[in-house]
Amino acid sequence: MSLKITRSERRGSFEEFRRTLHPHEAWAEASRCLGCYDAPCRASCPAGVDVPGFIRRIRTGDVLGAGLLIRKANLFGGTCARVCPAEVLCEKGCRDRGMAWPIAIAALQRFACDATIQAAARVLPPAGTRRGRVAVVGAGPAGLAAAVELARLGVRAVVYEEKERPGGMLAAIPPYRLPRRVWEEEVRLASSSVELCLGRAVALEDLDGLLAEHDAVILAAGMGEPQGLEIPGTELEGVWQALPLLVQVQQGARPRFSGRVAVVGGGNVAIDAACTVLRLGAEEAVVVYRRQKADMPAWPSEVAEAEEEGVQFAWRQAPVRILGEGGRVVGLEVQETRPGEPDASGRCRPVAVPGTERVLPVQAVVLAVGQRRQRVPAGLTWDGDVRTSHPRVFVAGDLASGGATVVQAVGEGKRAAQAVWQLLG
Amino acid sequence: MAVDLSVDFAGVKFVNPFVVAASPSSDRLELVGRSFEAGWAGSVLKTTSVEKEPVDLVFPIMAGVEVEEKRLGGLFNIDLISERHIDEIEKDIRILKKEFPDRVVIGSIMASSREDWVELVRRLEDAGADIIECSMSCPQGEGGSIPVADPVLTEKVTRWIKEAARRAPVCVKLTPNVTDIVAVARAAQAGGADALCAIDTVKALAGVDLETEEPLPSVGGKSTWGGLSGPAIKPIALGCVAELAQNVPLPIAGVGGITTWADAAEFILLGATTLQLCTAVMKYGFGIIEELCEGLAFYLERKGLSTVAQLRGRALSRLVPHEELSRTYKAVSSIDHSMCQKDGLCVVACRDGAYGAITLGPDRLPLVDEEKCRGCGLCTAVCPVPGCIKLRPVAGGNGRKGRL
Repeated sequence: MSLKITRSERRGSFEEFRRTLHPHEAWAEASRCLGCYDAPCRASCPAGVDVPGFIRRIRTGDVLGAGLLIRKANLFGGTCARVCPAEVLCEKGCRDRGMAWPIAIAALQRFACDATIQAAARVLPPAGTRRGRVAVVGAGPAGLAAAVELARLGVRAVVYEEKERPGGMLAAIPPYRLPRRVWEEEVRLASSSVELCLGRAVALEDLDGLLAEHDAVILAAGMGEPQGLEIPGTELEGVWQALPLLVQVQQGARPRFSGRVAVVGGGNVAIDAACTVLRLGAEEAVVVYRRQKADMPAWPSEVAEAEEEGVQFAWRQAPVRILGEGGRVVGLEVQETRPGEPDASGRCRPVAVPGTERVLPVQAVVLAVGQRRQRVPAGLTWDGDVRTSHPRVFVAGDLASGGATVVQAVGEGKRAAQAVWQLLG
Repeated sequence: MAVDLSVDFAGVKFVNPFVVAASPSSDRLELVGRSFEAGWAGSVLKTTSVEKEPVDLVFPIMAGVEVEEKRLGGLFNIDLISERHIDEIEKDIRILKKEFPDRVVIGSIMASSREDWVELVRRLEDAGADIIECSMSCPQGEGGSIPVADPVLTEKVTRWIKEAARRAPVCVKLTPNVTDIVAVARAAQAGGADALCAIDTVKALAGVDLETEEPLPSVGGKSTWGGLSGPAIKPIALGCVAELAQNVPLPIAGVGGITTWADAAEFILLGATTLQLCTAVMKYGFGIIEELCEGLAFYLERKGLSTVAQLRGRALSRLVPHEELSRTYKAVSSIDHSMCQKDGLCVVACRDGAYGAITLGPDRLPLVDEEKCRGCGLCTAVCPVPGCIKLRPVAGGNGRKGRL
């Protein structure tokens, strides 16, 4: 059974492309769950959602209990149900245990969270006042999860966000995947139990001021800065940065595209941008990626969805320059690559093959070649998890991991809060 | 709104209505302690008897009973009472009452003579048991004889026990394997019982292995009659509890097939005060107490109720003898085509088991002929999709043709 609406319905539409389960479908799916004792689905959820617990509650007709159980572990339950790469997390755990068809955990989580959003505030702790004062930098999923967890532990947390709105990268997920009402409601919920200072930029390079006023600092400032692409022609009209484009679209803007559009990059943002420009009127969208398909950082399921929607892929093609006429984009010159020696990520470094240059005629180029983090104080390092080389500084979210999932950000936020709690004794 | 799940049962306070029934799950100190830590309000320790009473187990002791695709529709057992010495059980009760003063420890006893019953009551009561549950109802062992099959014997034995008990309320556990459970319950009341527990397992056979032709569970090639528990017996237990609640003014510990908070709510609506679980605990572990309490609390809240007592027995007035049911009420089958799986199960069931009112229409969607439909309910029962077929009340008599 596919929950996706048909391809033709998806064309040009920013309506959610997967529907929610009907109650009888949720009941039937929940009935399939074996309720494993040491549930592999739960163990593989970065936020630690009690998956068999919420599925049993759906099965027994306690949908409210299911929704609250999810949100107790992850306030962004409805968001994650839509954007989690479940096939490599909870549902992988289920399949690895030997279920031929893993339980549709994400669909069940969405069912439970959507049905109980009105009651979700019940899982919020009162604002933490009992002890300490902790600065959280960044009001994305990691920062908000950290602040709510601190409140739960009774610690006072102040969240500093440079933008005028909380939510972080959630604002850059296309609405057909994550409708605005879903993430905004969950962000509003999380924000309501923490002290939020919007429009307050914090210079990460100098944490001394923050450390003087707070017992600890959790850096969850994300990777909001788009990476540039050092090729000629990026100043032309018709060249877009993927992130600002996606943010605009989430906010309701619908810039028009036409003809053929090249999207440069291989991550989930590139996939989202390609599917978005098709909805914005482009006749063709081509994802241009330097390495081979298997090296793409985008989730395989999202790549498959994009292919289903008609997105084309040009693998092993390095952009050389953007060509213009009268200041407007008319083409993207690319050069073939071959896999070279493995780099630090274990993937083969793309090596340009001389003499293979060619021009793709395109009307626009969207750059989605990754994001970078703000500079942090010299000498501050971390590896793996939430602790850093400074005993009172912690990291969470994309800033910590270099860019991962919402659910991982939530998990890191919670762990950072718990680490602070230990520090405060 | 805050919901209070605590209940009063024969003068004993339970922090919530959920109790672990006398079973392997209540046969060791460590298990009972863990159940209390998990949140269970009480535990009926596995039935004990006097030293001279032999407990001669065989293994295997259990067999699952499949109900179509459900692997544990029922659980069958030929278990006996606890193998542990009464001295150890006394010691356990003392430790449990000290460590968990707000939890209810129920001693379950079984004997075959007046002296033994009296000795057991005294010893467990002295050890600190809050309630004495009398197991006169187990369908296995003892040559199959059970005191509660006989009202006269029930009254006599209950009186012995009640006379021996100085403090703890006495609860008599009833068997469904009788013609008139109310008569037995009244006898227990006449004998002085403070409460009833219904029902014990249902006498049964688990099945037969078709290859070896051995009844199950096979104990080296042979088997015997035993007791069935689990979801399969819930309707039997509900029937018994409701009948007792309507006719005997004693608090009832409901037991038999309770697995979810919804099952528990049904027992309470039909008059149960506490709820005992065994099969569900043996399958899912003590941890299910969390979802039981939470689910029941959310249900009470949804109903605008703040205590379990407010829910108790609310469905009893809607349970009347057959002749008092309306002869003018009529409903017809109403199928939600958006949920239909186009399996045609309702069509064949109605054709061969009811009134031939459902036919397969265009695109395999079933259509109801409301003239022919008597609203019997068979289609709602066979449809694989809950909520797809409902009975919709209509005006104008049920079309009865029966002899009057």
